[in-house]
Amino acid sequence: MNKPLRRIALFCGLLVLALLIRDNWLQYVQADELRAAPANRRVAIERYATPRGDIIVDGNPITGSKKSEGSDFEYKRTYRNGPMWAPVTGYASQAFDASQLEKLEDGILTGNDDRLFFRNTLDMVTGKKKQGGNVVTTLNGAAQKAAFEGLGDKKGAVAAVDPQTGAILALASTPSYDPSTFAGNTDADAKAWNKLQKKSDPDDPMLNRALRETYPPGSTFKVVTAAAALENGLYSDADTKTDSPDPWTMPGTTTGLPNEGDLPCENATLRVALEVSCNTVFGKIGSDLGNDKMLEQAKKFGFGSEQFVPVRSTASVFSDGMNKSQTALSSIGQYNTATTPLQMAMVASAVANDGTLMKPYMVSELSTHNLDVIEKTEQRELSKPLSSQNAQILQSMMETVIKTGTGTKAQIPGVTVGGKTGTAQHGIDNSEKPYAWFISYARLSDGSSPVAVAVVVEDGSANRDDISGGGLAAPIARDVMKAVIDSKK
Amino acid sequence: MSSSTNTPTHHTSTIGSIGTPSRRNTELALLVFAVVIPVFAYANVGLAINETVPPGLLSYGLGLALLAGVAHLVVRKFAPYADPLLLPLATLLNGLGLVIIWRLDQSKLLQSINQAGGSAPRQLMYTALGIALFVGVLVFLKDHRVLQRYTYISMVGALVLLLLPLVPGLGANIYGAKIWISVGSFTIQPGEFAKIVLAVFFAGYLMVKRDALALASRRFMGLYLPRGRDLGPILVVWAISILILVFETDLGTSLLFFGMFVIMLYVATERTSWIVFGLLMSAVGAVGVASFEPHIQTRVQAWLDPMREYQLSRAGTSDGIVHSEQAMQALWAFGSGGTLGTGLGQGHSELIRFAANSDFILATFGEELGLAGIMAVLVLYGLIVERGIRTALAARDPFGKLLAVGLSGGFALQVFVVAGGVMGLIPLTGMTMPFVAYGGSSVIANWVLISILIRISDTARRPAPAPAPNPDAEMTQVVRP
Repeated sequence: MNKPLRRIALFCGLLVLALLIRDNWLQYVQADELRAAPANRRVAIERYATPRGDIIVDGNPITGSKKSEGSDFEYKRTYRNGPMWAPVTGYASQAFDASQLEKLEDGILTGNDDRLFFRNTLDMVTGKKKQGGNVVTTLNGAAQKAAFEGLGDKKGAVAAVDPQTGAILALASTPSYDPSTFAGNTDADAKAWNKLQKKSDPDDPMLNRALRETYPPGSTFKVVTAAAALENGLYSDADTKTDSPDPWTMPGTTTGLPNEGDLPCENATLRVALEVSCNTVFGKIGSDLGNDKMLEQAKKFGFGSEQFVPVRSTASVFSDGMNKSQTALSSIGQYNTATTPLQMAMVASAVANDGTLMKPYMVSELSTHNLDVIEKTEQRELSKPLSSQNAQILQSMMETVIKTGTGTKAQIPGVTVGGKTGTAQHGIDNSEKPYAWFISYARLSDGSSPVAVAVVVEDGSANRDDISGGGLAAPIARDVMKAVIDSKK
Repeated sequence: MSSSTNTPTHHTSTIGSIGTPSRRNTELALLVFAVVIPVFAYANVGLAINETVPPGLLSYGLGLALLAGVAHLVVRKFAPYADPLLLPLATLLNGLGLVIIWRLDQSKLLQSINQAGGSAPRQLMYTALGIALFVGVLVFLKDHRVLQRYTYISMVGALVLLLLPLVPGLGANIYGAKIWISVGSFTIQPGEFAKIVLAVFFAGYLMVKRDALALASRRFMGLYLPRGRDLGPILVVWAISILILVFETDLGTSLLFFGMFVIMLYVATERTSWIVFGLLMSAVGAVGVASFEPHIQTRVQAWLDPMREYQLSRAGTSDGIVHSEQAMQALWAFGSGGTLGTGLGQGHSELIRFAANSDFILATFGEELGLAGIMAVLVLYGLIVERGIRTALAARDPFGKLLAVGLSGGFALQVFVVAGGVMGLIPLTGMTMPFVAYGGSSVIANWVLISILIRISDTARRPAPAPAPNPDAEMTQVVRP
């Protein structure tokens, strides 16, 4: 019986060999892939095993970490003034992953980024716990507070940038959410999360309206149209009469383009047209220039492309292939035109910065936990939508709007403010309440312009007749600009 | 068989009078390692988890040493020629298993779902019980051939054991498999004991029938077909395996019994055709059952695509089938361990949840001791099997040979089926790693298995009684079987 016995011995040896080979395949060949699989909870356990680095505004952290109980995740994210900063930070949740800055800079915040490797190794040797690095933002706490409190219970968004550098100063969106409420991994966190989802809250509080929502910009878009008129030589001066009949019938149609009320728009100068917001004047400019030239100008201001600040913002839309009357409507911010608040802040900032558009950004530097700089964001010119001469013409027009036009509520004593109001109709046959828009910039006596801001209020609760850019949005913009100017003193 | 140990004098050979050295001191030395290594591992876990040497270290170490010492002394006294490796190997595996079970006891996650805490002390108690039975077998079973007398009683006993879980009120359905019976607050897995009893029956039956099975056959297409009346019992065993599979949804046990039977049949008859028959029949059975048993189908699907099964389990699909994420969790545990492992106490294999200390305990070894640790454990198992088959080779009687090869072959199959299942080599079957996994029946039954192997090896290696002085020694050649 020994021959079959030896064969059985061989067979058993093969069984063990098969197991050994399989184990080598699993633990050597496939190990890295399995270890780093996103669904492998160890990845999250590792992520929350040490306190996360902080997101910093004005030198102070707006985030924190605390020990979390009853979970295999050791630390949990906390937020200071969560709802106000949510559009900036995004969230980091043990149960629901992370978003925006928390997600994009996860490597730095957790300390897993290769650039932190040396320091972590040093810490390990000296017996210190691994610590994440910090993300230093460009935001201005006072401006953010003014924006958030200005919006209050209303639905809307504010984006403010520094025209000279492109640094984002405020980024508010309401209604907002508190990322602290679902930072953990408990049933309460899940409940809070579900309550914030769009399907259970139609107001969609987790939507970042400043970066991710596009609205018809209404009359604020007339600044872009005016820039196109100046840049293309259609008009070369703010105070020359334009060729603008009132009433004006859109080409190829029998439809007249109405003005809002009885305005002095017939052959009005660009200055007056912007001051009282003539649809006829700017509609005709768009139609005269044509789709291509309008689109080209809009693109120079940043339309049609996503901005990465580094959080991605939705691309704003100015359509292609429109006929003359559609182009006319689009040129006064209706029809297909749709922009993010950030985009309109960029428009105002380019005008304020003498025609140069700086690339918007919100992270000024990445640093280790003891603030050694790892990476600094360079200011970069994005484009030059206007010559400085034309920019100055446009500035004087926008300043008139604030002095004597529709935007008087944005005046700040001792500061030159330029702006444009907008009341964007939307819905089928304008059935829904319009959006109130306001874009503006401030210029100090030394000629510098520290802030440009765009405000949109989509307020369903206000009386329809009360909704106007000048009434609802301009005071918010004023407060934001004032906060920035005061914090510079 | 025992060929190299004789001292040739001239051209005569008087066999066995010098005999194999007893090797008891080797066993003792190895046992010291088998106790010291788990004690170090235990200290390591404590330091990693609580940053202190665990308070129970002394009592744990003494307990393990005491059990190993008693077992050693009994072997020294009652089986002095036994194989010196079997006891240390079993002790080492059992000790490591205790450490890992204790380590999983410390997991807050498992405590929170009431699956841990106090498993290690219970396992230590089961181990003590297992070693008590080990001692009992060595003391009372002076010669394994006595077991031959109980061939048919064994068959009845095995059937009763196997069918017990199906008795209403006694059987307990735990996690989809009806292989437990509950007595008071204890649950017993009769299948573990049936494994040994069945091996006794097979060995007894085949010893008697081997000639009939081997020789009385017709040749057909290159294969020797057995006669119908000899084929009968084989068909019965096949049918029983299938029935177990169907009614108790226990793929592993059916595979183990059937595989063990085929191995023993092959050794007894020396006919390859039996292997072919065995494989054919098991294939037919497996495919047949898999085609209508959803429990088995799920297992196969989970094997082919564990990630999909994980997602189904997470999504909580209501298709009436219990989906389990364990297979994928185990793979992640292995992968996260990598080559050298995370270190004892520093992994997260508790994510496998309720079966972490039983069916899936190997995944914890894999995560915390790494590829190196798993290979070491597999080699330990391989050595037990190898020593078992050596015992079969050395045994002088066919019953002993068959019993030894049955037990060690079955042991090898069990290790392969469990480890292969946990590592995703084959579908998961829900058996436990011998000695390391938590579970009383398993530990006790495997200690009995080791004791029987030790008894056979003692008989096999014991020097033959000195032949009576024979004046014609010069003329006589002793021909050994």
